[in-house]
Amino acid sequence: MNIELLNRAAAFIWAESDMLDHTEYDDWLKLWAPDGVYVIPIDPTETDFENTLNYAYDDSHMREKRVARLVGGEAISSAPVARTVRSVSRLRLLAEDAQLVTVRCAQDLREFRKDRFRQHTSDVTYELLREGDSFRIKRKIVQLINSTDTLTAVGYIL
Amino acid sequence: MNAPAQPIHFHRPNVPVADLVQDDKVHTSLYNDAAIFDDEMEKIFRNTWVWVAHVSEVPDVGSYKTHWVGKEPVIVVRDRKKQVRVLLNRCRHRAATVCEHKKGKANTFVCPYHGWSYALDGSLRGVPHPESYGDILDKAELPLVNLRVEEYAGMIFATFKDDIEPLADYLGPAKKWMDLFMKQGGGFPIKVGGEHRFRFPGNWKIQLENTTDAYHFPLVHRSFLHSVDKQTEEMLDFVTGKGFVEDLGNGHSVMVMIPELIDLEADLDKPIPTKYEELAQQLRDEGHDEAKVRKIVRAVGGSGFNLNLFPNIACSMAFFRVLQPVSVDETEIHHSVILMDGGPAEGNRARLRMHEHFQGPMGFGTPDDSEAWERVQAGARAGRDLWVLLNRGLPLEKKTDDGVAGDVSAETGMRAAYRQWKKMMTAA
Repeated sequence: MNIELLNRAAAFIWAESDMLDHTEYDDWLKLWAPDGVYVIPIDPTETDFENTLNYAYDDSHMREKRVARLVGGEAISSAPVARTVRSVSRLRLLAEDAQLVTVRCAQDLREFRKDRFRQHTSDVTYELLREGDSFRIKRKIVQLINSTDTLTAVGYIL
Repeated sequence: MNAPAQPIHFHRPNVPVADLVQDDKVHTSLYNDAAIFDDEMEKIFRNTWVWVAHVSEVPDVGSYKTHWVGKEPVIVVRDRKKQVRVLLNRCRHRAATVCEHKKGKANTFVCPYHGWSYALDGSLRGVPHPESYGDILDKAELPLVNLRVEEYAGMIFATFKDDIEPLADYLGPAKKWMDLFMKQGGGFPIKVGGEHRFRFPGNWKIQLENTTDAYHFPLVHRSFLHSVDKQTEEMLDFVTGKGFVEDLGNGHSVMVMIPELIDLEADLDKPIPTKYEELAQQLRDEGHDEAKVRKIVRAVGGSGFNLNLFPNIACSMAFFRVLQPVSVDETEIHHSVILMDGGPAEGNRARLRMHEHFQGPMGFGTPDDSEAWERVQAGARAGRDLWVLLNRGLPLEKKTDDGVAGDVSAETGMRAAYRQWKKMMTAA
């Protein structure tokens, strides 16, 4: 196993997680490849996300709009904003070649907003484009383990 | 888990239910009295036509989905004779559900507890080890319970009430709006392409009202409006526009927000909106002729109106809104995306992305709606003597061929729904 590559991927993913928990969205947007896609699917067996219904299927424009919405103060579901802490672990290298590294990990996110404490647990798959010693995100697929159940508002980025 | 730890259920004042709904207001207890909720499940949801599926959700023999009529779980399935059945999801032996999947395809429904098996029309076929029953078990008497089923414009409704009026009569003038709504297939049959399922801690009628509430749109959805192109933002600036809300009888109503988009097969020669130019070009490049391109592009954003069908379904611009009461202060909503069945993939992708943009737990619209509805339920804990006002637009209401109509932000549709609510809740 390529421990050195796994460590670099883990460092990148942890930094991304920390940015999201601390609402450093401008830095988060810069982590992405221009044609990168952020996906929250519904059906856990689906692989054709582009042609099916997801909770989110964000290209760069939609990511920017999502960030603008979260920080804009106009959305009553994000005012007050939720506080989140996510733990990311169980990282595994699924594939690698000269361009792309695919990593799957577990994400356990705790959220507090107003008077409610919630939990969102996901399998997250990152497709990372190699860029020098670091990466850019080509795809981030967040598969909530309860994606087929009824959900409630998620006023942040998973 | 997400509901308040100790919900406060007010009890209605010591007055008849009829007095809780007046022409221009309803009493707060309609949102938070658990006894009223129980009565609603009995007197409304067991006594009228309740929407259960669109035909595209059960296309083939054996295709099924599970759903509810009121709080009772049902299976909607197409049987071997291609007839749609709505069956209570309860084994006739010891009551276990016989199907636990949201949708799928089956040859039979087999109870997991003792193995009783039922055909797609509900008839009881197999009982393991029948010898212990001797001759006291008549299988013909123990099918899965069939509800009465009728459909209009591809919408399937079921009812517990065997002597109810035909569905077409119940829908009345709403039928022509259903026909108009289905034109958004752009020349193709429409197809449900999945849904966002969503819960909020509030009474179901808060959501029912919202589908016919144009007044909230510019405020609650300001964040959404700032995320769309200028042309769309202007199109959705309809509160002072020429739209209207019309009471269609039997609790149904239509809210026309964008009158230009009532009939999607009219005005096909009008200029293509800037936001759809790229899609139009993609369709042309694929070899579709100009007439077809224009038809698809005009329909792709959905209809310019919300049709609220009492009590649980709405044809809302580009999606179906399904309303499922859970308890007096909890409601489940499904927003089903509508696609062109067999239509060009670019067009369907545009519809999918539009749905994701507004709907669902991560959409730019639904979470803000949900927050507002939750705030209604929370605020309704205060002031047990107070009323919820429904008098907006009353002075300007006018008689129409189908009922009465007010301006686009009039509360005419809510008054229509509560009139039907009162009629059903006070029926002998």
